[in-house]
Amino acid sequence: MENLILWIVLGVIAVVALWLVAVYNGLIKNKNQTEEAWSDIDVQLKRRHNLIPNLIETVKGYATHERELFERVTEARSNAMNAGSAEEKGKAENMLTDTLKSLFAVAENYPDLKASENFAKLQDELSDTENKIQASRRFYNSNARDFNIKLQVFPTNMIAKKLGFTKKDFFEIEDKKEKEVPTVKF
Amino acid sequence: MYNQIESNKRKTIILIVIFIAFVLFLGWLFGELYNFGYFGLLIAVVISVVMSLTGYYKGDKIALMSSGAKEIKKQDNPYVYRMVENLSITAGLPTPRIHIINDSALNAFACGRDPEHASVALTTGIIEKLENEELEGVIAHELSHIKNYDIRIMTIVIVLVGIIALMADFMLRAHFFGFGNRNRDSKGGALMIVGIVLMILSPFIAQLIQLAVSRKREFLADADGALLTRYPEGLASALEKISTDATPVKKASNATAHLYIANPFGTKKKIFSKLFSTHPPAQERIKALRGMA
Repeated sequence: MENLILWIVLGVIAVVALWLVAVYNGLIKNKNQTEEAWSDIDVQLKRRHNLIPNLIETVKGYATHERELFERVTEARSNAMNAGSAEEKGKAENMLTDTLKSLFAVAENYPDLKASENFAKLQDELSDTENKIQASRRFYNSNARDFNIKLQVFPTNMIAKKLGFTKKDFFEIEDKKEKEVPTVKF
Repeated sequence: MYNQIESNKRKTIILIVIFIAFVLFLGWLFGELYNFGYFGLLIAVVISVVMSLTGYYKGDKIALMSSGAKEIKKQDNPYVYRMVENLSITAGLPTPRIHIINDSALNAFACGRDPEHASVALTTGIIEKLENEELEGVIAHELSHIKNYDIRIMTIVIVLVGIIALMADFMLRAHFFGFGNRNRDSKGGALMIVGIVLMILSPFIAQLIQLAVSRKREFLADADGALLTRYPEGLASALEKISTDATPVKKASNATAHLYIANPFGTKKKIFSKLFSTHPPAQERIKALRGMA
């Protein structure tokens, strides 16, 4: 009789241990997938950073009086490249997006620049890169969603914290302006 | 999702095993019927193994070649290339090779053995006649086929089905041209009848395999594709356009029909069209997609 109880206890312990291992390994796998998706965003951001010097050189050739603007873009770029934490990065990238917007707005004033094939190509590349950044952010979000779901379902939610897993944040539009529905006026 | 991948890999293996067994049986039968003895079996072993390997490693090339698809680079069509590239990033897939079929019909397919060896093919018609977000829906649908490993099983089916049909055809001919005369008294008529029935049935069996692997996964790829673009209406209205456009794909055959996003034979109604169609009716798919929005 005693033996039987001992075996049952051992069995329960074994089952619990196996379950723990399975949960832990599953979470590790998802966590790494999510982190990989995060680094994919950096790849696309880097692509954008690399396009900017070329863009500035091209614009400089036509719009010589906009030195201040060039400096702002260059500064925003280096800020974005040197940003450390995720939050800082988000802010710096938003700044960069804003300065690029004003660069393209200024370009409107220079018909020769707008007609330049090189400029059109760079503009095209840049807007494509922006789409790619969006795409990689969405891939990250879908990974973060899967990870968070795994973390929060019962009974994993009871042990996840103790195993050292925390929720991943989603990428959201931080810029208030972008959240607003654009109004069209005629 | 991951279960779907596992199940597709498993099904591919089962399919190959069934195929090999079936070809071996046909080979043995052929040998018995026509007095070739084990030579028939030997040929069958070679054929089935070579064909399975071909289907696995070269099935995508065969599918692309037989549909007349040409690979494009980024500079050939940046609009399409970027669209596929960006959706691949969203799906977390390597960018597949992109092919264009010079055909005014509206259709598309994906093939290959895994996401690293995958291709997407689009007709010029679908690129020109669909709006931006509709084409995105179609491409997302194809990428979901790649992600789910549907392409592996669908690509191998082309080769296997093609071969079974070809062999059955060959054997029937061999019979009518009178190879089997010597055998009339020894093994008797029973085996002969079984053989003929089997040979007549084998194209149908092949067809059934094709159906079994094809219909459910269209719905699943629609749903996963909608998850990628976050815009089910795009694919829904694309399907609407595709299904009302009656132009059949010029170079589609029975062996490749199940690859396409929509039935490539146009909207011409046949008696067996519902029973033997490789695709669920577009209306049902559109309804399912609109239900998500």
